[in-house]
Amino acid sequence: MTSAISIERLEVVFDRFRALKGVSLDVKEGESYGLVGESGSGKSTLLRAIAGLAPAASGTIAVNGKTLGRGRDKAFYRDVQMVFQDPYGSLHPRQTVDRLLQEPLAIHGIADGEKRIERALDEVGLGNGFRFRYAHQLSGGQRQRVAIARALILEPSILLLDEPTSALDASVQAEVLNLLEEVRRRRKLTFLMVSHDLAIITHMCERLMVMQNGEAVENLTASQLIGHRVEKDYTRNLLRASEGFVRG
Amino acid sequence: MSTLLDVEDLRVTFPTRTGLIEAVRGVSFSLGRERLGIVGESGSGKSQTGRAIMGLTPPQARISADKLSFDGIDLLAASPRERRALRGKRIAMILQDPKYSLDPVMSIGRQIVETLRTHEKVSKAEARERALAMLEAVQIRDPRRVFDLHPHEVSGGMGQRAMIAMMLIAGPEMMIADEPTSALDVTVQLDVLGILDRLVAERGMGLIFISHDLRLVSSFCDRVIVMYAGKVVEQLKASELSQAQHPYTRGLLNCMPRIGFERHPLPVLDRKPEWAA
Amino acid sequence: MSVEAVQSRREWLLSERPASRTQARLGRAYVTWRRFTANRLAFVGLLIIIALLLVAALAGVLAPYSPTIGDLKNARLLAPSAEHWFGTDDLGRDIYSRILYGSRWTLYVVILVAIIAAPIGLLVGTVAGYAGGWTDAILMRITDIFLAFPKLILALAFVAALGPGIENAVLAIAITSWPPYARIARAETLTVRNSDYIKAVQLMGASPFRIVLRHIMPLCISSLIVRVTLDMAGIILTAAGLGFLGLGAQPPLPEWGTMIASGRRFVLDQWWVAGAPGFAILIVSLGFNLLGDGLRDALDPRSGDQ
Repeated sequence: MTSAISIERLEVVFDRFRALKGVSLDVKEGESYGLVGESGSGKSTLLRAIAGLAPAASGTIAVNGKTLGRGRDKAFYRDVQMVFQDPYGSLHPRQTVDRLLQEPLAIHGIADGEKRIERALDEVGLGNGFRFRYAHQLSGGQRQRVAIARALILEPSILLLDEPTSALDASVQAEVLNLLEEVRRRRKLTFLMVSHDLAIITHMCERLMVMQNGEAVENLTASQLIGHRVEKDYTRNLLRASEGFVRG
Repeated sequence: MSTLLDVEDLRVTFPTRTGLIEAVRGVSFSLGRERLGIVGESGSGKSQTGRAIMGLTPPQARISADKLSFDGIDLLAASPRERRALRGKRIAMILQDPKYSLDPVMSIGRQIVETLRTHEKVSKAEARERALAMLEAVQIRDPRRVFDLHPHEVSGGMGQRAMIAMMLIAGPEMMIADEPTSALDVTVQLDVLGILDRLVAERGMGLIFISHDLRLVSSFCDRVIVMYAGKVVEQLKASELSQAQHPYTRGLLNCMPRIGFERHPLPVLDRKPEWAA
Repeated sequence: MSVEAVQSRREWLLSERPASRTQARLGRAYVTWRRFTANRLAFVGLLIIIALLLVAALAGVLAPYSPTIGDLKNARLLAPSAEHWFGTDDLGRDIYSRILYGSRWTLYVVILVAIIAAPIGLLVGTVAGYAGGWTDAILMRITDIFLAFPKLILALAFVAALGPGIENAVLAIAITSWPPYARIARAETLTVRNSDYIKAVQLMGASPFRIVLRHIMPLCISSLIVRVTLDMAGIILTAAGLGFLGLGAQPPLPEWGTMIASGRRFVLDQWWVAGAPGFAILIVSLGFNLLGDGLRDALDPRSGDQ
């Protein structure tokens, strides 16, 4: 099986601050892979480095067998798309859903726009009634669905998910997670998902990497984590914390 | 158990361009010297309930209640001056993000000292001593150093501890904590909760813990109130959460992914209009 | 139209589920319009500007006399009367007619300046803000140089170099009024350039040109419109000032500033010669200011998303 994303000793430096310190990662095609960690662990930076939003100081990133340089070409973005954390910040405030979804099609010169937009909205469970609304006329969950539709409309094979549900209510989170699982199954997508919540990662991903201070702590399978078969104390701490408050 | 706070049929209404919006629609509960959790999703009115008790509702909103009394004082009849005197001295509030609730241009220590000196007549030296002791009580390891730091120089967890220290310095009898740990990392979250728990127990305070996280609240509080669309849909003992009756409470508990429980797809909440009726 | 028809049309405009692009756009425009008309003074400002447009369009019909040819023999410096509403000037011309025709020149100046200065400012500001680095530094230092001189002095220098005349006055004012717009556009750009929705467009492979033009500029336009409207009064006054100093419109053009300049000799005895155009400038400036204030409330992107 080929690798969808392969990262070797990636370093990212912002103004002398080493956000990523030589992290390596290998995500198989069709796999769902999780990155877990607390704030400052570098998990989101890793995602952004793949997307080309954070500059790599050294190391290599390869997507679908092709090693990436500094820039990203248009073809890259037809393979890799991203869903952001904050549904209130990721939709343009002056554009309708329709305009938002049309933009990627216009950039890539795709002709059957009407049909694709209708299909994308249906796929994320919104339907045509939402097509001409502005972002402020949508709830948080609906906005995140629009963001997912926008990511899917170019028919990518890899989806980068940056805490896609952490700003949502628990009940809406369940709906969005279900939707993500469904589109992944239907489109045979590869997921690379970032979250601070171990439960979400074990629910969504087959394998995961625990990160802390820009470094990989350990690589685990979801079943290892569920069975508490972890090596590092830090992971154990995270596991304990995810079980809620214990008096004493 | 003596009752600290008595709330009966509390309503908070906001006028908007399109008409009146009722954020809180007839909430009743009472609080003793215990930990009470208020849980709900965004828009459930949980935060507005806390703010109404605190007297921090925006001026354009209307508050009404059959009863809203703290230790026998009718809060709705109290003058703004009396409310101010209560705030900080006898009722304290912790908000979600310490970054926004601490004064950015004043050192943490000075803020705590100021808080103390507005409510009690103490000398500067004594105030400083008590502030340092308070910082120690919230498990800040080097209180003398942190005393002189400004809020932007400390981490989120440290900031929230400083906030707790500031709120507890005047020895309030009741504390309202609105999502006090939601902005913190999970491991830090538990430390802060541990500190809060110990201080509340030691001082015999009443605590209202407002959160969206049903599981966290039930592991921390004695009693839980579940709110939906401005109303209380269920009140129950935290230990009896698993026997919750209301479909909303059960749905909320169910829809969160849990480690070791494989459910694909996750059960989703089927909202019934009669819940909000 | 019946009450129900009005009612249903309003519902159609305010629909939470617009069924077409046009409906969504009209709905948004309607909300903005309602917010605008809720402000009475802004509405008065709008009426003044509409009146100005009508007067300029219909000056030929409304004016009872010729604006340039006067009756030197019988009608010099007459006080306001039923025949000459605002009196006559030293060349026997009817001031009322001159003011009506002068509105054309006022509009000409204001519109041309807005058309030249606003796009320059918008372009410089958004490009500087989005590109950052050297581009930003160079563009903003140029802006600073323009800002360092008082507007009228700089305009004077330009007109002195280009030669007097209303076209050159317009050009000079435009050249001196774009820097504040660039500043505003840059500030707006800096606040949105790191937002997720701009990153999302980057992740679609959009070129920087496209991002600036189609995603950032629309966000800057509303604050720019407000600023330009509020500046209109200043532009009119600068044009009048240049006219007054003899560097703007040249006689016999009925430009309001030039009219004040020629009337100043009689200002103590025949106050209406300078007073009437002065009053016209006052009313129109006030109109633009009120309109601008109203637009600020109606178009503010921060309150606009409610």
